[in-house]
Amino acid sequence: MTARRAELTLTVNGQPYDVAVEPRKTLADTLREECGLTGTHLGCEHGVCGACTVLVDDEPVRACLMFAVQCSGQAIRTVEGLADGESLHPIQQAFWEHHGLQCGFCTPGFLMLATSVLESRPDIGDEELREVLASNLCRCTGYQNIITSVHSARDQMRS
Amino acid sequence: MIGESVPRLEDRPLLRGEGRFVADISLPHQLHMRVVRSHAAHGTIESIDATGALAVPGVAAVWTGVDVSDIAPIDFRQVGADQMVPYRQPILAQERVRYVGEPVAVVFATDPYTAEDGAEAVILEVSELAPVLDTTGPLGDFDGRLDTEAYVFTEQTGDVDAAFARAEHVIEAEFGVGRHTGVPLECRGALAVHHRTTQTLEFLGAAKVPFQNRDALAAMLGLPPSRVVLREAHVGGGFGVRGELYPEDVLVALAALRLGRPVKWIEDRHEHLVAANHSRDQRHRLRVATDDSGVIEGLEVEFVSDQGAYVRTHGATVATLAAAMLPGPYRIPNYRVTGRVRLSNKTPAGTYRAPGRYESTFVRERALDAVAAELGVDRAEIRRRNLIAPTEMPFERGIDALGTAVVYDSGKYEMMLDRVLGHIDYPALTWSLAERRAAGELVGLGIGFFVEKSGLGPFAGSRVEVDPSGCVTVTTGEASVGQGFETVMAQICAETLDVGLDRISVVHGQTDQMSYGMGAFASRATVMAGTATHDASLALRQRAIEVAAEMLEANPADLELVDGAVRVAGSPTRAVSLGEVASALGPASPYADGRPGLVTEEWYLTSHMNYPYGLHAGVVALDADTGSLSIERYVIAYDIGRAINPMLVEGQIVGGAAQGFGGALFEDFSYDEIGQPQVTTFMDYLMPTAAEMPELEILLSEDAPSPLNPLGVKGAGEGGTNACGAVIAAAVDDALDRPGAVTSLPITPERLHALCRSSPATA
Repeated sequence: MTARRAELTLTVNGQPYDVAVEPRKTLADTLREECGLTGTHLGCEHGVCGACTVLVDDEPVRACLMFAVQCSGQAIRTVEGLADGESLHPIQQAFWEHHGLQCGFCTPGFLMLATSVLESRPDIGDEELREVLASNLCRCTGYQNIITSVHSARDQMRS
Repeated sequence: MIGESVPRLEDRPLLRGEGRFVADISLPHQLHMRVVRSHAAHGTIESIDATGALAVPGVAAVWTGVDVSDIAPIDFRQVGADQMVPYRQPILAQERVRYVGEPVAVVFATDPYTAEDGAEAVILEVSELAPVLDTTGPLGDFDGRLDTEAYVFTEQTGDVDAAFARAEHVIEAEFGVGRHTGVPLECRGALAVHHRTTQTLEFLGAAKVPFQNRDALAAMLGLPPSRVVLREAHVGGGFGVRGELYPEDVLVALAALRLGRPVKWIEDRHEHLVAANHSRDQRHRLRVATDDSGVIEGLEVEFVSDQGAYVRTHGATVATLAAAMLPGPYRIPNYRVTGRVRLSNKTPAGTYRAPGRYESTFVRERALDAVAAELGVDRAEIRRRNLIAPTEMPFERGIDALGTAVVYDSGKYEMMLDRVLGHIDYPALTWSLAERRAAGELVGLGIGFFVEKSGLGPFAGSRVEVDPSGCVTVTTGEASVGQGFETVMAQICAETLDVGLDRISVVHGQTDQMSYGMGAFASRATVMAGTATHDASLALRQRAIEVAAEMLEANPADLELVDGAVRVAGSPTRAVSLGEVASALGPASPYADGRPGLVTEEWYLTSHMNYPYGLHAGVVALDADTGSLSIERYVIAYDIGRAINPMLVEGQIVGGAAQGFGGALFEDFSYDEIGQPQVTTFMDYLMPTAAEMPELEILLSEDAPSPLNPLGVKGAGEGGTNACGAVIAAAVDDALDRPGAVTSLPITPERLHALCRSSPATA
């Protein structure tokens, strides 16, 4: 069963990646295996946990529920694109300072989810932010420090 | 440095997407393994046809039970017993399948998608047998010879019969805790390669207990332990579940040997929910004997642990801990408990955060509430009358757990009770809740006390080494499951050596870096490895001062270690850095004198665990129409002995509580009448999200340092989880004004709705 491979160019964090993948290959698997960007994690592969959240044209998507062939020509952003060289993004910095991660497995998904919401709605209120952050699952932190981290990043990014 | 909430050393790579979880690691020419699992809960295997799978291009091999029948079942790591030996799990089913999800075949292919294609083409025929799904019912048949009761034990202390004979009140009750488990966000995985040049099998993706798993794998595969190297990568959450030796781990290692190529296996979530250890699932029946004031004179408990289809690595650990820790912080002088470990046709069970204690705290605290209701005594007061006093410490329970006598090392329980009652303003809170109930709201308060255990021995080692640049490496045989192990070890080392955390790196979970190790379980890492690191750092400091004294031609008594350098007190220019001391200790150097390098290794030995304790108090509000419950307020007091990093301790407690709430309210592995699991995705296995979590109030105290280790530390991992079920249940009772309403967990919306409909408060 040698499946036909589709040749496409993905634009990830501003860089072009020429890949040849089976049409059934998910965006998450393609980012991880073809682009070498293993920061995008797979926690359930059925779109619930959000660990694989990436931004496609600045919208948060579950990379386990998209095929790579659906993303040709779109701007994909992953956790690897957040920091500016050695300088952490304010959201990363806030997670570090407020102990917003333990095992770190769900962290890339939360960082990308928070990035999208704080970029599109910099003035989002606490209650709505909690609702948005309820999109993703974390099994270590109990969310308290994730919420604190994103609040802190929101205030930092606004100032 | 000790006691400071410093940010973690671990975080930068994890934040940048540079983590190295096992799925992130690949080796050239690797094969991918996919497991074919039983679709039937119980039956005899009629046939397994792999023809179709072998015809899939890219499939390299397919194995079934016959191909691995020479490999022994997976042995016990802890609390084993001869009578449980026949109930161990083979790495692939032999003749019978005993749960949905049991591995029956494995497919190896060049690509994970192809391996799945192959697995789908394997045809399993099973002649089905009646499944056992209720372990409180009649015993079933395991293998034609043995029944499904794998292990029974009784522990007792005092004279229980006499206590009941003279009791003024006897209360009987039955309680149950449902089936749920750790569910780390990272599924399991492994990558093994056989290096022919060194005849070494390297296994990546180890977790929790790499050294014990090395020994077990070596024994099962017939290899010398020194030729099996296990490596821990980043670990995406443990919670007791991850890192035990599972069939898939052995299959990956065996395949790397037999197929001569690296073999990788990454579990998917559906597999995880039917294949990784389940936990909890106990039914308890108890009798409590009290005097007229509510002082408990006797307690008799009989319980059944639903072990699932096989007895795995933990043996009877969970049941043993449930029994030993059930009396909690109360004196209860006469106690008898019988535990029954029984098999069913469900996924096998093991430990999960606060194993046995989540269950037994639920049972005990429900019983205390029942005593309070029966005698008309306030719930806090009934607890106060039974608490063990500080003057009774160390307190010998008269029972063993995990091969060691249960002896509470220290605790000031009543002080904690008073602190929490003061914090919540107990009289005012109970009054205001009563007012709100009178106005028609369904709101209530629950409290639950518990004793935890931590720091399981018997040993942990730590090696501290300084290189010529002054960088420090702390190496232990212990393990990290993402809880902040590296930061804690570095803080302990930095405290003694007075070097910056950025100069310290911590090595863990690599079996070729130490000779012995135990691992990350039983809230033992900080206590055990922390103490060993403390001792090794002190020894290194001493060694550095000795050598520096020769280098500086000074009296060792005049030297101090400040900012990573040894200097003469009072004349700071006469100094050598730790790096310079290390440089001066080359093997041929006169300073070395047969001890090259600035390196020390210490082993901390202990035969006793220590016993942290805590108290939860929670307020819930119910919606009778929908059966929903919201946690309005939740307070956790916990005595840690001494906190190395309070921020990390609080993180453990809050995260633990989220898991405790999950087990209390949502998480439940249910099965239908033929043993089909009803919970195989995250749409069915409901874990708390940010929307369900209240803002927790943590009251961390250091009132009772452990006298058993020089730092005074106790473990932090499990106290956040322990009493959640007990407290939510008590708060629901209170909200419904119906003591004893909740007898089992989880209190799902459906069950809560039914409770509300049958309660006078909502009629």
